[in-house]
Amino acid sequence: MGTTVRELSASTRLAEPPSPRRRRRISGWHFVLAPLALLFMTPFVQMLLAALAPAEELVRFPPPFIPSRLSLDGIASLFRDTGILRWLVNSTIVSVIAIGAHLVLCSLAGYGFARLHFRGRDFGFIAIVATIMIPTQLLMIPTYIMFSRLGLIDTLAAAFVPWLASAFGIFLMRQFFLSIPVELEEAAALDGANKWQTFLRVVLPLAKPALATLAIFTLLGAWNDLIWPLVAINKENLFTIQLGIADFQSTRRTQWSLLMAGNVVATAPLILFFLFAQKHFIATMTMTGLKG
Amino acid sequence: MATTTEPASPPRTPRPGSRQGRIEPRPRGRSRWVRDMLEGWSFVGPAMLIILGLSVFPALWAFVLSLQKWNGFATPKFIGGANYARLVTDSEFIDAVVHTAVYVILFVPASVLTGLFLAVALNRNIRFIGVYRTAIFVPFVASAAATGILSTYLFSPQYGLVNNVLRVLGLPTQGWLEDPNQAMIVIAIMSLWGQAAFTTVIYLAALQDIPSELVESARIDGASRWKAFWYVIWPQLGPVTVFVTIWQVIGAIQLFDLVYTTTRGGPLDATKTIVYFLWEKAFKNLQFGYGSAAAYLLFLVTLLITIGMVIYARRKNLEAF
Repeated sequence: MGTTVRELSASTRLAEPPSPRRRRRISGWHFVLAPLALLFMTPFVQMLLAALAPAEELVRFPPPFIPSRLSLDGIASLFRDTGILRWLVNSTIVSVIAIGAHLVLCSLAGYGFARLHFRGRDFGFIAIVATIMIPTQLLMIPTYIMFSRLGLIDTLAAAFVPWLASAFGIFLMRQFFLSIPVELEEAAALDGANKWQTFLRVVLPLAKPALATLAIFTLLGAWNDLIWPLVAINKENLFTIQLGIADFQSTRRTQWSLLMAGNVVATAPLILFFLFAQKHFIATMTMTGLKG
Repeated sequence: MATTTEPASPPRTPRPGSRQGRIEPRPRGRSRWVRDMLEGWSFVGPAMLIILGLSVFPALWAFVLSLQKWNGFATPKFIGGANYARLVTDSEFIDAVVHTAVYVILFVPASVLTGLFLAVALNRNIRFIGVYRTAIFVPFVASAAATGILSTYLFSPQYGLVNNVLRVLGLPTQGWLEDPNQAMIVIAIMSLWGQAAFTTVIYLAALQDIPSELVESARIDGASRWKAFWYVIWPQLGPVTVFVTIWQVIGAIQLFDLVYTTTRGGPLDATKTIVYFLWEKAFKNLQFGYGSAAAYLLFLVTLLITIGMVIYARRKNLEAF
């Protein structure tokens, strides 16, 4: 482990001469972090290897650590024999609608609660925030009954309607709008802009980081949701991708190659997003404890 | 993201009928008031309608349902608190509570400690730190469904990597998800894999908020690294620890997805959690009233635990909220 210039400058910042002991300490963290990073990557590596392995090798005993050759049979069979393509399309539709609606509705409401003055505003905001406390499991049964009376069960709408807006989204956007200087909006108002024009032309363009956070929050939630689609959708051609791969467990038991190929297809879009927008994902994670 | 508390809310001028502040001078009076109302509600109305319609209304309805016996088709029958009375004596439900508690005890301390450890490890400027962070954070985006399916593969007694490694090391192989005593441990391990990023990121943000002068002066005063951590950094992390613990407890009590995609409550019901019980009652057996009562108990328990922890934190002077 070479001690780089950067490490040295980091240590001089601590007002301490870079003694040999100290140099060893810094590089010591590599011995902790590298194995941990490998450990965290192992499940993904296994998933990828299994997806690309010949099916028969995965049920051999004992199974090989590395497949003897690469095979696309699992992936081919996944796209040929299952509805995965349809499910991907369904999940994409659900996520795109969810994200679009979320961005529009939550930024509007967030702005209203942050900057406009009207009767009932504070009460409305408190009511919205209070709903964060209600667990989704409590809402599932009545929502199911409600949706079935509205004829929404077994439609894609059932999957995206609960994701059209969220209390968290409104809270997030309100906090953001409160943090930008009000003078900009005052200047726009003096120039004769009304509230809507001010919002669309002045405020919203500044809100890109907050909107990115909100979009990622919604994407993670809508794309990865399992329990609600499980309740609301029974028709196979309307499955979301998560429902589809979960269903494999009863229909494709131990067809590891196909199962793992399905996993790769379901996970890869988010992983790619993560790699490209890691900063925004981390900001999103810092603000929510989604998933569970 | 700045979470400043209303730094820029416009000063309200005391003019009667004008609550607009200095943003826009406009005619006073009733028409103005109506206009502000319409304007305001046109911004917040649509989102509010959806959120309240999909939370407050169903939450109230769920309470009504919990007092009824109803299968979704026949006429609902009002039975008062009978569902609740039945729940607290239903051994299946009590088992579900126990299984959930086991998971909370396995998962929450592990996830908080892992997050703390990883954050301390990752909070330094060394080579490849970006690679390490990415590797540890990426699993966060894997869905519970994908994680569950992956778990059944990795921990498969015959074909899985974990037993394969044990075999090579000459250690006895295990039943894992097929063993009632181990299934919940496997689920906790895989949850940890998927969620360590969350606690890590929260701790990392908190660590970076601690002024480096604090640690430096302790070090200059002769404190060892360990002592500097224990006496300077750790007390600063108190509120964050309370926050992540509460958050992880709430999440852990609601465990469902991973159970559904690994064991479906088995083996021998060993991983049947409260939410799994609720889902099964409501959507497999169509006992909407009974399921709703279980959901309300879950809500109540969550609320009590949260309030209890907040009070505990206040007593210890850790302001997490």
